[in-house]
Amino acid sequence: MTVTAQAPPAADERLGKPRLLDQLVVRPEIGALLGALLVFLFFSVVTEQFLSLGGAATWLDDASMLGIMAVAVALLMIGGEFDLSAGVMTASTALVTAILSTQLGLGVWLSLLVSLAFALAVGALNGWLVMRTGLPSFIVTLGSFLALQGLNLGVTRLMTGSVQVSGMRDTVGYESAGFLFASTFQVGGQSFYVSIIWWVLFTVIASTVLVRTKFGNWIFAIGGAAQSSRAVGVPVVRSKILLFMTTAFAAWLVGSINILRYASVQANQGIGLEFQYIIAAVIGGCLLTGGFGSAVGAAIGALIFGMARQGIVYAGWNSDWFQLFLGVMLLAAVLVNNMLRRRAERVKR
Amino acid sequence: MTSLIEVENIGKTYGSVIALSDVSTVVNAGEVTCVLGDNGAGKSTLIKILAGVHQHDQGSFRVEGEEIRFSSPREALDHGIATVYQDLAVVPLMSVWRNFFLGSEPTTKFGFLDRKKGREITKKALSDMGIDLRDVEQPVGTLSGGERQCVAIARAVHFGAKVLILDEPTAALGVKQAGVVLKYVAQARDRGLGVVLITHNPHHAYPVGNRFLLLKRGRALGSYEKSEIGLEELTRQMAGGAELEALAHELRGVEA
Repeated sequence: MTVTAQAPPAADERLGKPRLLDQLVVRPEIGALLGALLVFLFFSVVTEQFLSLGGAATWLDDASMLGIMAVAVALLMIGGEFDLSAGVMTASTALVTAILSTQLGLGVWLSLLVSLAFALAVGALNGWLVMRTGLPSFIVTLGSFLALQGLNLGVTRLMTGSVQVSGMRDTVGYESAGFLFASTFQVGGQSFYVSIIWWVLFTVIASTVLVRTKFGNWIFAIGGAAQSSRAVGVPVVRSKILLFMTTAFAAWLVGSINILRYASVQANQGIGLEFQYIIAAVIGGCLLTGGFGSAVGAAIGALIFGMARQGIVYAGWNSDWFQLFLGVMLLAAVLVNNMLRRRAERVKR
Repeated sequence: MTSLIEVENIGKTYGSVIALSDVSTVVNAGEVTCVLGDNGAGKSTLIKILAGVHQHDQGSFRVEGEEIRFSSPREALDHGIATVYQDLAVVPLMSVWRNFFLGSEPTTKFGFLDRKKGREITKKALSDMGIDLRDVEQPVGTLSGGERQCVAIARAVHFGAKVLILDEPTAALGVKQAGVVLKYVAQARDRGLGVVLITHNPHHAYPVGNRFLLLKRGRALGSYEKSEIGLEELTRQMAGGAELEALAHELRGVEA
């Protein structure tokens, strides 16, 4: 019997020690992390409350509500699609829960379940329409955005005679459901909203799925090259529909947090938020063309959002400046992302 | 020995357009069947039927002696027929190993991706095919066109394909890169795979091919074993034979 001398598969000798900068530049969230650090330092120096526990509770809460959605939208964008109905969905889900429990007397828990089923159905419909028609998701979900907006107002007026639903406090199960979605917890004598925990949890789960599972691998693949993925046996249609449903689920989560915290909901809430989600995802390193991005990055993008929005308030500036800041951030992020993609897609012949 | 794939008088129409009609050929293990033809000759239609993207509506299509009609590419894959498309072979932004395992990812017992195993197997499978990559974590987009085709070929071989369909693997490549890809085609053939090589370049087909099917306007122009035809005759037939001579004559007339 011969023993073949097999050299241990050590590191390839042609690989020099990669420079730190080169290693970092392939991480999609690195730009967002630097931005977050800058914004954090800036407002810590410029304002007094920002660095306090009370300040942190405020901007973390702001970031969490945006972040839950931004992470879900990031997954969808990596999968190569948009969902413009995501913002209005946060109001629709809250409205369904509120109307069912205040007008029809269903318990809060049952209303939440029905609302979840409604959200998942709308998500599935969005996905199915996009895949079935082959139209850009931008147009299809613009349609569902407008349709939902109309439904929100129309149905609310029909059921309550006004454009808001309130009176959640008197419903059955408000306390227990509120504990899950809208309670606070104490850290160092300062109360933080539980939404922050939901945000962190959702980000961890989304990121794990994206990087560590089969399905995550498929998300990158269907966003990067749907036809190639199909050719090697990836279930493209099913995966994309699932991503639309994930976004809808996140909208249900945010809607539930909203309705249980404020006990009332306006029928015109949530409009315009869909762009904030997309902006946070892009700041976090998602490409508009799909196939590249990160869930953690989107969470950090939302953090930048929250810090800047509240920091400007603490600094006593007019909130108009926030839009300017947002625009500059977005452009910078897109430029950085494009540079990264060119590096990755550079073709040698 | 039954052939891996046998098509007989196969045909396909799209509405009133006859894309393919009356074409027959076989693919045997350890042999390369070349499908040659100009643009619009029906090459794509033929391989799409073999790959399960479209269904034939005339003739018979047998895989290992069994009459078959695939409803999806996945079904063709399950029967051991893997297709490597010219532009669609890989996802550029994903790393080499993630591409390699796409659709057949290795998982740990908890259902998570086994990244270490993925990287090791990819590296090994590629080096078994004689492809030596520096780093399987780099995005496939940073590889050359030839290397990408090779990754796709190695993937098909590794996942136990019995038949490998290659759609114009050398079309967009330089001379040297094309040579490299042909080397891996021969490599796959020597490992006992049946290969279907689609090309419009007889110089690429002749050195590796065992059998040549010439298509023109959706019909078989001729089907030859390697012993029956030389490179020159193959080229002449490909180019349209007499037509080209007439054209050459005409062009000389312009020059004079």
